[in-house]
Amino acid sequence: MNYSSYLSSTWMRPITDFDIPEAHVLAVDDSIVDRKLIEGLLKTSLYKVTAVDSALKALEFLGVRDGCSTSLRPNAFQVNLIITDYCMPGMTGYDLLKAIKDSTALREIPVVVMSSENSPNRIESCLKEGAEEFLIKPVKISDVKRLRSYIRPPTKAPCSGSGETLGPSPICSKRKVGSLEGLQVKSNPESQPCLNGVIVA
Amino acid sequence: MTMAECKPRGPRSGCACESEEAVVKKREEFEDGALVVKKREGEGGGGEEEEQEEDVSAAAVDGVVDVERLLQELVDLTRSLLAEEVLDQQFTQLQQLQDESNPEFVLEVVSLFFEDSERLLEELTEFLAQDPIDYVAVDAHVHQLKGSSSSIGAQKVKTVCIKFRKCCEEEDREGCQKCLEQVKQEFSLVKNKLEHMFELEQKILAAGGSLPYPEEEEY
Repeated sequence: MNYSSYLSSTWMRPITDFDIPEAHVLAVDDSIVDRKLIEGLLKTSLYKVTAVDSALKALEFLGVRDGCSTSLRPNAFQVNLIITDYCMPGMTGYDLLKAIKDSTALREIPVVVMSSENSPNRIESCLKEGAEEFLIKPVKISDVKRLRSYIRPPTKAPCSGSGETLGPSPICSKRKVGSLEGLQVKSNPESQPCLNGVIVA
Repeated sequence: MTMAECKPRGPRSGCACESEEAVVKKREEFEDGALVVKKREGEGGGGEEEEQEEDVSAAAVDGVVDVERLLQELVDLTRSLLAEEVLDQQFTQLQQLQDESNPEFVLEVVSLFFEDSERLLEELTEFLAQDPIDYVAVDAHVHQLKGSSSSIGAQKVKTVCIKFRKCCEEEDREGCQKCLEQVKQEFSLVKNKLEHMFELEQKILAAGGSLPYPEEEEY
């Protein structure tokens, strides 16, 4: 088998817009200006964008409610990338990242974190927790171009019957989706508070 | 010179033909209300009109030059705002995102920025009128303002916000008051300039011209 057919037979083949014309990105940011900007940036790459203003709403969108869920919404299987702000009131982007990576059902979704603060501690902890990348705000066109390489291929929902999947699905159709581990809001690893708990109306 | 068809198109729109014949033909070609109105106003003439109408009367003579002049004014305005660091390169990023599928993107983002900032500035004014001042809440607001101004490229506003946050950290009441005044001024300045920019763009589009962005990507 030559290299290109090896690549095409696995999910690690090169990803272009034609492969995933409707890649669905979930964007999480409490700033209305930044949500608009991210939408604009992502739409030029032909991505479908859902923008929410909090980590809790992001989890709700993915089918997680009140810290646990027994089944994911179809949305979860259609989200190819999550891009989240770090500093948000209440549940931070780091908490969201951790919740996603702690979840067997959600952990395969690539997560990119954005922040206006260029803090090595913050960056390191996010990457350690499994973030694909840490973007310094303001986000630019060149940043979004790099995101293409993190987009995961579409996956099928579990027990969905026959049909070609594009590769090893993170959720095998042979096992049921169990309940998600209880999701806790973990404190972020930095000593400086990240405006946590300050809710600005 | 033959009366070649000339229609304004492309980023530096405006016709290269200088012959009067070509200009007359152009005026006849455009049924666009804006140009028709301009022609009528131009014929009226008069000394006390505002600058805008003076431009219009010049336009009546040569409708093509009007678009050229407006475009030049737009380019000059953008250039000077960048040079004076009222705006930075992030603003040009926004312009690059505006296209046929997103034809009013810049206006939409900037409008959100205006609304959001006005709300934040009102709340900051209230916070700083209190005694004692809740510096955590003030800082949270300034952080937001800094973030959104950075996202649209309002560089001077962002710079004052950085100073403002420092004053919050030091719980410097007077410093905070000064920064609030300054940030209001800078916000007011960038708002006026951007509104002027949008007005110019509307005039260009109404006159059948096209905007000088987004620039084509080099492949």
